[in-house]
Amino acid sequence: MNVNLTLVINMIFFAAFVFFCMKFVWPHIMAAIEERQNKIAEGLAASERSQKDLELAQEKAAEILREAKGQSAELVDSAKKRHTEIVDSAKDDARAEADKIKSGAQAEIEQEVNRAREQLRAKVATLAVAGAEKVIERNIDEAANNDMFDKLVKDL
Amino acid sequence: MASSENLDSVGYIKHHLQNLQVCKTDEGWVWNQCQEAGFWTINVDSLLFAFLLGALFCFSFWRVAKNAKIENPGKWQSMVEMVVEFVDKSVKDTFHGRNPLIAPLALTIFVWVVLMNMMDWIPVDLLPWVAEQTNVHVLGNEPHTSYLKFLPTADVNITFSLSIGVFLLILFYSIKVKGIGGFLGELTLHPFSSKNKFVQVLLIPVNLLMETIGLIAKPISLGLRLFGNLYAAELLFILIAILMSTGIGGFIGGFISYMGWAIFHILVIPLQAFIFMMLTIVYLSQAHEDH
Repeated sequence: MNVNLTLVINMIFFAAFVFFCMKFVWPHIMAAIEERQNKIAEGLAASERSQKDLELAQEKAAEILREAKGQSAELVDSAKKRHTEIVDSAKDDARAEADKIKSGAQAEIEQEVNRAREQLRAKVATLAVAGAEKVIERNIDEAANNDMFDKLVKDL
Repeated sequence: MASSENLDSVGYIKHHLQNLQVCKTDEGWVWNQCQEAGFWTINVDSLLFAFLLGALFCFSFWRVAKNAKIENPGKWQSMVEMVVEFVDKSVKDTFHGRNPLIAPLALTIFVWVVLMNMMDWIPVDLLPWVAEQTNVHVLGNEPHTSYLKFLPTADVNITFSLSIGVFLLILFYSIKVKGIGGFLGELTLHPFSSKNKFVQVLLIPVNLLMETIGLIAKPISLGLRLFGNLYAAELLFILIAILMSTGIGGFIGGFISYMGWAIFHILVIPLQAFIFMMLTIVYLSQAHEDH
């Protein structure tokens, strides 16, 4: 219970511990705590920011989607129009082609007919001559008859 | 439980409350014969445990401070930070100036006093028994010369070294903030003052007396409160230990009351440390206030 030298020595210890704490303990721990607090605050702010960014991006995406829908509708419309146009022009083309082919065929047919007519004409002439020869074998001279038959063939 | 047969109860108590002392006498420094040595005595046990516990505080907190992780603090770091933040909050709630000393001072006081008070939980005979065995078998001394009082805060020297340290800081900051004139004015011109110069002069001694008593009361109450609580706690533990040595009934009753008293000290130990810390902060913040 007596106050003695212990008190003075322990006061020196006390001062030393407080000094140590003030220099090497307190500032470092407080700095760590404060840095963590800042980091947490920054993290929260960043997450809020990204939340906002997300909302904006979603809005933008919706807008783009809307635009795309409009564009695709337009595209479909123009494609339909183009389709009918193509079908119409194809029809026209086909018709023209068909006309061309028809007229070609007709010309060919006419040519064929002409040729056949020529051949027939030639054959008829010989046939007539042969028939006539058979008739004339019985009489008359050939030259006078030939003239007559030529006239006949030309009339055919 | 008495460590030797020829010790009666009073002797047992006295033995437990006797510090291991070394003192300066006419024959030089001697152990345990210090009744007449007066001031030049050192309570080796109190000082040793106080120093070890203070060093433990410094070392363990310093390790955390050095390796402090920002992102992923460990369990021990979290606990240290909890204590630091608790002290920081207590300081900021009470003291509104800027002073780099007060918060570390409060932390040191709080943790150191808690650690010293916690020695109270160690069974009263355990460390003295170890000391006695060492003294007798290693050092070869008589058993009755083995003293060990291992609860530093039950030593008035330890508690007063803290409170006087705080008192010196109160004086230092009072004079630093208010100047010597302001400080003396605070001591002499309050609480009684008068517009009449003559009456004022007459009132100075009265004020001085009252304010000085008020000022001196701060360290004394601070030191005695802690000492008284822990001394009483230790004394009761010793008495219960005696009760436990009186047969089987006494042992059971003593065991239960020892446990109850120890559980009660879960409250007392941090509370006393907290009061010491809080009053330190309050006194220092008063020292910073200019009236």
